[in-house]
Amino acid sequence: METSPGESQLLKALRAREEAAFATLAREYHASLLRVAQIYVSSRAIGEEVVQETWEAVLKGIDRFEGRSSLKTWIFSILANKAKTRARRERRTIPFSEFEPTRVPEAALEPERFRSADDPRWPGHWAIPPEAWPEDKLLASETRQKLSQAIETLPPTQRAVISLRDIEGWSAEEVCNALDLTETNQRVLLHRARSKVRTALEGYIGEER
Amino acid sequence: MTAPNVQALSCQELVELVTDYLEEALPSEERERFERHLAECGNCQVYLAQMRTTIELTGELTPESLTPDAERELLEAFRGWRA
Repeated sequence: METSPGESQLLKALRAREEAAFATLAREYHASLLRVAQIYVSSRAIGEEVVQETWEAVLKGIDRFEGRSSLKTWIFSILANKAKTRARRERRTIPFSEFEPTRVPEAALEPERFRSADDPRWPGHWAIPPEAWPEDKLLASETRQKLSQAIETLPPTQRAVISLRDIEGWSAEEVCNALDLTETNQRVLLHRARSKVRTALEGYIGEER
Repeated sequence: MTAPNVQALSCQELVELVTDYLEEALPSEERERFERHLAECGNCQVYLAQMRTTIELTGELTPESLTPDAERELLEAFRGWRA
């Protein structure tokens, strides 16, 4: 994924040290950088520091950036390196389930939702099926809040993946590159995140009936 | 009642394959099994629709952005680095 034409314009402006270009870049990526940093480091405050260091490195390295990858990929790889370094300094171990979720099995739904595997008639079928959601509940602003909250309570890597994919609209490939994930692991993280969020919505909408 | 098809997915299995399905990452045989089950299972249709709705609603959330204060601080730092 090379630098796109849009990015080339931005790159030129950044090399000219134009403040407006830097502001554009920061507005676009700062929040996502912080989300990703928080996968590695122990607090938001430290995450902010790591992101700050990243911006400094981006500006100082911009003349040397060759455009073989996209600007986005390059910025996030700088961040990942700085965040990992910081995590090492903090002697922080990140649970392997964060980047290799397949090593820790996790079902999308509580097993009680389904009939057991040795059920004589309908093994593995719904025991407690999902109920259709009323349209008006979906439009309510409180629903959006619940959705947001559900995302905020996800484990850091699941939170980062669902934010980057479903809020920011990144492609699977871009997320894999930024977080150094295999395709499979990215999908598993996305699956777990979306499943939890759907369950949270289901719980909320169910209460409101 | 016909004997259960050994190849058929259960609802519980389908639920775990939903993301792979939406990501178009299921191999064609698995995708057929998925769609075959879906065609005959109203509950799983509801579940899939809810997943799609969840994704749609998530997509409508405003991306988090810099607060004006944070932006100001960052631009000050930028002026320092630029020098």
